Amino acid sequence: MILVNNNTKLVVQGITGSEGSFHTEQMLEYGTKVVAGVTPGKGGQTTDTGVPIFNTVQESKDKAQANTSVIFVPPPFAADAIMEAVDAELDLVICITEGIPTADMVKVHAYMAGKKTRMVGPNCPGVISPGAGKIGIMPGFIHQQGKVGVISRSGTLTYEAVHQLSSRGIGQSTCIGIGGDPIIGSNFIDLLNLFNEDDGTDAVVMIGEIGGTAEEEAAEWAQKNFTKPIVAFIAGTTAPPGRRMGHAGAIISGGKGTAADKIAALKAAGIAVSESPAGIGELMEKILKK
Amino acid sequence: MNIHEYQAKEIFRKYNVPVPNGGVAFSAEEALSVAKTLDSSVFVVKAQIHAGGRGKAGGVKIAKNLDEVTLYANEILGKTLVTHQTGPAGKTVGRLLVEEGIDIARELYMGIVLDRQTGQFVFMVSEEGGMEIEKVASESPEKIIKEWIEPGLGLQAFQARKLAYALGLEGVQVREAVKFMFALWDAFNASDASLVEINPLVVTGGGHVMALDAKMNFDDNALYRHADILEYRDLSEEEPSEVEASSYNLNYIKLDGNVGCMVNGAGLAMGTMDIIKLYGGEPANFLDVGGVANPDTVSNGFRIIMSDSNVKAVLINIFGGIVRCDRVAMGIILALEKVKVNVPIVVRLAGTNAEEGARLLANSDIDFIVATSLADAAEKVTAAIKE
Repeated sequence: MILVNNNTKLVVQGITGSEGSFHTEQMLEYGTKVVAGVTPGKGGQTTDTGVPIFNTVQESKDKAQANTSVIFVPPPFAADAIMEAVDAELDLVICITEGIPTADMVKVHAYMAGKKTRMVGPNCPGVISPGAGKIGIMPGFIHQQGKVGVISRSGTLTYEAVHQLSSRGIGQSTCIGIGGDPIIGSNFIDLLNLFNEDDGTDAVVMIGEIGGTAEEEAAEWAQKNFTKPIVAFIAGTTAPPGRRMGHAGAIISGGKGTAADKIAALKAAGIAVSESPAGIGELMEKILKK
Repeated sequence: MNIHEYQAKEIFRKYNVPVPNGGVAFSAEEALSVAKTLDSSVFVVKAQIHAGGRGKAGGVKIAKNLDEVTLYANEILGKTLVTHQTGPAGKTVGRLLVEEGIDIARELYMGIVLDRQTGQFVFMVSEEGGMEIEKVASESPEKIIKEWIEPGLGLQAFQARKLAYALGLEGVQVREAVKFMFALWDAFNASDASLVEINPLVVTGGGHVMALDAKMNFDDNALYRHADILEYRDLSEEEPSEVEASSYNLNYIKLDGNVGCMVNGAGLAMGTMDIIKLYGGEPANFLDVGGVANPDTVSNGFRIIMSDSNVKAVLINIFGGIVRCDRVAMGIILALEKVKVNVPIVVRLAGTNAEEGARLLANSDIDFIVATSLADAAEKVTAAIKE
């Protein structure tokens, strides 16, 4: 597994909001070690679920040994929340918030350069290492412990793929939603790199979608560097150009970012591509049997 | 969000980006009175629609006198323009921009967009102005010169100079262009734009640099802090069903097929459209109902899907995570008491409480076609169309 393991100690930024408190409960129920919450002005209080609240991320690190953060802060304040976690030098910050202005993320991206913290998201379902911990909003029960990694730009489509894997008895090492925004913290290559080094991962499912060129870059990188099999699916073959398909980053513009281009690049790199979103689990099963 | 050229030029003026004198007109009379205020003997009458390629489609005319302004205004207003960006149905012109004619010595290109690879905004210029820039980018990318903007620092003078020299500008024009670029960066940055494009940027006969055209798009996520820009939204440029959907906070995009779909999550919604096509059908829409598939969102979703008369069947695909499928099923049943749907409905529920949900649907008075998997759903909905 990567990113989330038995040593993960989580702080929830925005723990007293409706999303934050609901998902904290869900994460605790799954067995995630939630050691702290942060809501400025509510330091010293404790949530109904027994989690101590601090005013700052730094305090949550100093007093509760938090090493990972998850962010449920509303969009206007989310960029600031990310930078606070980076400043506190946590290992990992996972931003669930959808709708952060691009200009704010441009600043965050620059702020993070050379810093120790890794970011996943924003606009993502989070990260789960089945059995060890769930950080985010994904339904825990569809996952199974195992040795297939999942990296995806989508939320529910990832659940669909995981469901297909689990129902075939194929468990997962770690599943990461990298987010549907144009600027994200960790891209396919960053995470393929981690999976490459991880003895607990035998193969990876990669779910991309229209917009940008991250899949093309990942295909080229994987061909040269990645030693394990990959099964890919690209959503949006039928998406019209120039229209934003829900996710801020899912748009074909200036002829760039089509599903056809991405599928061609993946195939050219020798990666198995499932034509149908319903065929991801089946294709992985076939490849693992080889 | 997109805005019109005349609105972009209003923003340009506010930030001292030089543009031709002119104004908007909603009628031929208004066009004439705008022309009369201009100190010019030649006028340009430009159709205002949210699409490029207007010139080729007959939406831009040069008037040599005031009578011609009236003539062309009457000709263009109400006309449906079909360009490479409007789709085959075209767009009907409801507004004009009337401007002074400009003596053009050179046509150039300038734009600012987000570069997703570096996570920075990038300034782009090209001497190939007036052309389709996508074409230039794919055929001769070396003709597009770029400078990446350091966040926090903004555009630097040396960068602007490099771009100006790359455009082949000389002498005083360089200084003017540098000033122009600083003003443009200010306009872009201050308004949370996602794209600005000037095609063509011109050097006038008198040697001045000016934005002859102006296109601006804005980051929807940042509109909450720009009430002034939100006022520029022109609902008549948008698909009515999409406007209605956005008022319900639903993410809907109308397409040309006949299989309506209702899905939770954008990626799964795209995947659902794709699998319909794979099984020989054509999706009628993209619809992401988001995380809360309650009776209200579901009935609003039905209302919007069924407002498209092409729809011959509906596929509901919900992967319950936090949202429970039995609740979704109840929502669907309640919604169908409010909205009449007279085409086959295929429902596929997976995830949390999926079996309870399927049982509720099977026991209801409505004839649902219940599917057990995504592939099964696609097969059943395309079969329903063919019956």
